[in-house]
Amino acid sequence: MDTAAAKRFSHPAEKIWSAVFFICGMIAIAFVLFITVFLIISGVPAIGKIGIVDFLFGTTWASTAAEPQYGILPFILTSVYGTFGAILIAVPIGLLCSIYLTKFASGRIAAVIQSAVELLAGIPSVVYGLVGMILIVPWVRETFHLPDGANLFSAIIVLSVMVLPNVISVSETALAAVPKEYEEGSLALGATYTETVFKVSVHAARSGIASAVVLGVGRAIGEAMAVMMVSGNVANMPGLFRSVRFLTTAIASEMSYSSGLQRQALFSIALVLFIFIMIITLLLNFVFKRKKD
Amino acid sequence: MRSGRASLVMAGILSAALVAAGCGSSSGTTQTSSAAGSSAKTTEAAADTAASSGSATADSAADSAEKTSSGSAEASSAAASSGAEISGTVSTDGSTSMEKVITILSEQFQNDHPGVTVTYNPTGSSSGITAASEGSTDLGLASRDLKDDDPQGLTATTIAIDGIGIIVNPQNTLDDISLDDIAKVYTGEITNWSDLGGSDGEIVCIGREAGSGTRDGFESITGTKDACKLSQELTSTGDVIQTVANNPNAIGYASIADLNDTVKTLTVDGVAPSEDTILDGTYKIQRNFNIITNDSATLSPQAQAFFDYITSADAADLISKTGAVPVNK
Repeated sequence: MDTAAAKRFSHPAEKIWSAVFFICGMIAIAFVLFITVFLIISGVPAIGKIGIVDFLFGTTWASTAAEPQYGILPFILTSVYGTFGAILIAVPIGLLCSIYLTKFASGRIAAVIQSAVELLAGIPSVVYGLVGMILIVPWVRETFHLPDGANLFSAIIVLSVMVLPNVISVSETALAAVPKEYEEGSLALGATYTETVFKVSVHAARSGIASAVVLGVGRAIGEAMAVMMVSGNVANMPGLFRSVRFLTTAIASEMSYSSGLQRQALFSIALVLFIFIMIITLLLNFVFKRKKD
Repeated sequence: MRSGRASLVMAGILSAALVAAGCGSSSGTTQTSSAAGSSAKTTEAAADTAASSGSATADSAADSAEKTSSGSAEASSAAASSGAEISGTVSTDGSTSMEKVITILSEQFQNDHPGVTVTYNPTGSSSGITAASEGSTDLGLASRDLKDDDPQGLTATTIAIDGIGIIVNPQNTLDDISLDDIAKVYTGEITNWSDLGGSDGEIVCIGREAGSGTRDGFESITGTKDACKLSQELTSTGDVIQTVANNPNAIGYASIADLNDTVKTLTVDGVAPSEDTILDGTYKIQRNFNIITNDSATLSPQAQAFFDYITSADAADLISKTGAVPVNK
């Protein structure tokens, strides 16, 4: 091994190339480090000034009032509820869709569905927001006899559609990787095909499906543009049919005019959001590790 | 050896990130740049300005001599005599509502005087007044008039008036609303259109995000500051109009320049918003766009030239383009 490695790096051209690859590899780390350091430096001062308890657990956000209040609990809860709601809708549909794609659909139908899913993943979020604003918001208003349709429920619907392609494609890959022998063994033991799919294939692909869910959570919690257009954007404590503001939209909606402590507090929100995303990523790594074991 | 190099690189990255982050958080000034794209439309205006620059600046120099101290009059005559040769930076600081007006004017001014850079720091009217008083900016921008508790020794020069229209869905049967009722609707005291003489339906109040100049203007005129109970806070005028157009029970507000046929504009206390009713003050929901100058300080030649330009009749067309009503015609 050692001699092979030594041989690989002995030639000067090889050395140059290995340095190029090394630098490119480091770029990703550099960006992560840069963003982390930036968020901590710009996000911590405001938390210090406001007080971490008042900031994280305060229920009133009034950043431009005469006596400003910076409580982001409404945003945190809205993001959590919204993401949870979107996952609740998207995961069952996405999982069943990926089962259909890998285990039931014929080649041509599967190809059509697959390209539709890819297209769904490629639609820009502002388009989701626009469609949500023009179609879903009035629909929610009329269906539920509400004065206004821009609320958490509309946001959940839009988010679940946006998360769907992520859930489908990742769990589809996991299901396709299940060894044929498992299914054949199950069928040979007398199980029906549906039983085999649910009890053998899905079971064998469970860690891949779990990572599909975590990936979906990541996408949903980080979405700003689309939810901003359908959620009403008022800093209320969340309710299914109340106008709400997410962590992401809290930053996006006030950044352009903010100044002073208000601006710093927005950076602090970004830090909180970043920590959420980090937790989700760690969770994802944990799920992948378990898969290997 | 490789791990040593890696840690060196990491340390370098970290320190670079720290420095960059430090710099990033300290810079707050946005700089308005002159857009090349707008030059085609504004060449005519530029020619006008160039032709009349002698007389116009002299006129407004006389104006400002009346308004401000004699020191700035000397400065302005110096600016007029040096003509287009002025250079340097003109800093403006204050109202976020005045962004459109000040941006379009500074673009034109920078086209006319390539040596001059006009900066704009959107901090809000009160900060702009403070900055003008402390001398940290050349010109303060305020979308309200000076109050008694503002610093003394300042002069407000109105360049334009902004009207805010009250809009409802075209299906709404209401045509007129009183200023008091607007406040009651937005604070949640009146919640049904039938209380205002309209058809039955819960009122949906649409507002703008915190920090928006239109919101600030609307709330200070109607006396609903920090008291509005909104069902949607939207981040642009277009979103407000779109939402009101889609919801039969919605009410919203937007700068009158941006209003279109998809929504119905209500008359306020019987007065419809128009250039005339805004100028004569009968339409109530309006505010002044003011330039705040410090009486005890002398403006730099380039700042004086910019002040003279934006308070002159030459600026009126550009101000109209932004939707505000110019006062100097």
